[in-house]
Amino acid sequence: MAADLLLSVKDLKVYFYTLRGLVHALERVSFYVNRQETLGLAGETGCGKSVTARSILRLIDPPGRIMSGNIFFEGRDLLALNKAEMRHIRGSQISMIMQEPKISLNPVIRVGDQVAETLLVHDRSLNRRSARKQAVDMLAQLGIPDATRISRRYAHELSGGMGQRVMIAMMLVTRPKLLIADEPTSALDVSVQGQILELMQKLTKDIGTSVLMITHDLAVMAQTCDWVAVMYAGDVIEMGLVRDVLKHPQHPYTQDLLKTIPDKGNPNEPLYSIKGNVPSLLEPWTNCRYAPRCNYVMDRCKREIPPRYVLNKSHQVACFLYEGQGEIEMDKECFKETASP
Amino acid sequence: MKIADSPLLDIKNLHVHFTIREGLLRTNDATVKAVNGLSIALDAGDIFGLVGESGCGKTTLGRAVVGLAPITSGEVCFNGLNIVGLSGREAYERARHIQLIFQDPYSSLHPRKTVRDLVGEGMKFQGLAKGYEIDERVLAMLERLGLSIGHMYRYAHEFSGGQRQRISLARALVLHPEVLILDEPTSALDVSVQAQILNLLKELQSEFNLTYLFISHNLVVVRYMSNRIGVMYLGHLVETGLTNDVFRKPQHPYTRVLLSSMPSIDPDIAHTRILLEGDPPTPIDLPPGCPFAPRCCEVREHCNLEKPPLVQRGDDSTHLVACHFPYPH
Repeated sequence: MAADLLLSVKDLKVYFYTLRGLVHALERVSFYVNRQETLGLAGETGCGKSVTARSILRLIDPPGRIMSGNIFFEGRDLLALNKAEMRHIRGSQISMIMQEPKISLNPVIRVGDQVAETLLVHDRSLNRRSARKQAVDMLAQLGIPDATRISRRYAHELSGGMGQRVMIAMMLVTRPKLLIADEPTSALDVSVQGQILELMQKLTKDIGTSVLMITHDLAVMAQTCDWVAVMYAGDVIEMGLVRDVLKHPQHPYTQDLLKTIPDKGNPNEPLYSIKGNVPSLLEPWTNCRYAPRCNYVMDRCKREIPPRYVLNKSHQVACFLYEGQGEIEMDKECFKETASP
Repeated sequence: MKIADSPLLDIKNLHVHFTIREGLLRTNDATVKAVNGLSIALDAGDIFGLVGESGCGKTTLGRAVVGLAPITSGEVCFNGLNIVGLSGREAYERARHIQLIFQDPYSSLHPRKTVRDLVGEGMKFQGLAKGYEIDERVLAMLERLGLSIGHMYRYAHEFSGGQRQRISLARALVLHPEVLILDEPTSALDVSVQAQILNLLKELQSEFNLTYLFISHNLVVVRYMSNRIGVMYLGHLVETGLTNDVFRKPQHPYTRVLLSSMPSIDPDIAHTRILLEGDPPTPIDLPPGCPFAPRCCEVREHCNLEKPPLVQRGDDSTHLVACHFPYPH
């Protein structure tokens, strides 16, 4: 069954012009998100996940520049829109939650007003009282006790968990089509993390919002996402259904990454650790960036950039090991799949 | 719990309370009871995992042991001698035997000192070496930890998180301590770097005969690293024992909640998380009775009246729990 495509990122290239040189942050980032599904963007520090998220919302400021690529949202290329059109999309069609809620919330405005403000900005016909009421309702839906009183508090008076709920309220109150969550639970305790993730899942299902979940925590991904796209040094090296990628990883990096997690391992054996270091993004992209650390490296890997090969059911891998096993991905439109059977 | 020799580090009934003044005119006093009556004994060679969430007091405990937080009452005995309340020369000498590795590798290294100074200063102040001998020892330790001579004259901001943790470790280890208190040593690091650091810590432990107090909220890491474990809640030790025992047969309701929140990377395993209501309370003005009572799913009236002592409830003498109605029921 062909899925309903909401967001389609194609060959996104983003560079940063810094004093130390040109940082090739994103090289050919491509992935897609279907309606009412969750895609997890996985990868370690520096791989480009946050840059990708901000590029979608066109929040890349100089010295960064979106060099080329397309970001199709409901059929329109976001990179071709003007500022006014983009402002209409940000906050109402596409919203973003950041990692540390206390930093992202305005410290001098009461939290209830911040949630209400989101509504007022995007719907001129709404009056203040009605916006406030919707804000309080949203806070209550997010499990905040005594929502009316809490809505009169300031950000610094709230705990991490409460602050994150306020952020989520702010971002979901306009019922956006896509929610980008950049490490939403990394700064929270495990017990609160569980609550927040469950709330996010419930609300996004109720409203019908798709989620782009950015996290380095593969366990969070396993529990909340339908699809996973794994990034390494500015490239999406593997993408597929969460079950396929986490249980049958194809790319050597994904395999190595999963091996480093001490999940029920034997405490007497050393943990698997990937040799070498993440490559410098100051170097231009001429060959597979994982080659220096890869257990299966071939001569070709050091000379050429591997294309994306599509294996069965939309499991894509960018690795020469799969040449001949899959089609070289030509046009993403042909390979839309949905997570539901 | 203790068999033959006395423990290397014996923390006895430790209380760490902070007085804060609230209110516009600073007239209201409140007490933050960060650590309440904590007792932990570490034998030489142990890796004792101390787990709990933000605000439970584990970081404060670590800092109190090395003298970075005020101890209200209780004892900390190192090799049989109480180091609480020591001053001057004695305190200074004790300092090198117990070292603390801080949580945030990005803020715990002086930004204006070179690696050579960061790592070597301690030796100079403690009178363990001087002049070129310092450089030699610093280099030897850096190389042991996977760094090189080229790193010696660089500054902290030039290094990644994993490298900074190695620098912090070098700084501690050149003093030849016996105990390392590691406060969330890998929480700020990616999983692949975490694996390297954890492997390194295990190697160093056997090579330098170290004892670790490993503080973390990450249960997966603690299970891998530690042979013994203690669970903290609001400044109290609620359960302790051998890691395998506590993980397989948790007795305290809070331990069960923590264990249920351990995520698995297998998407087919349905995650049955025991959800706690509300946010963790603050350690100001604790109510009488069990600190976990307000959020406990097994709470009964007695729990709000009397604080449960940490005692053996099962068959194992090393497995202790502070609960009036522990599992299994």
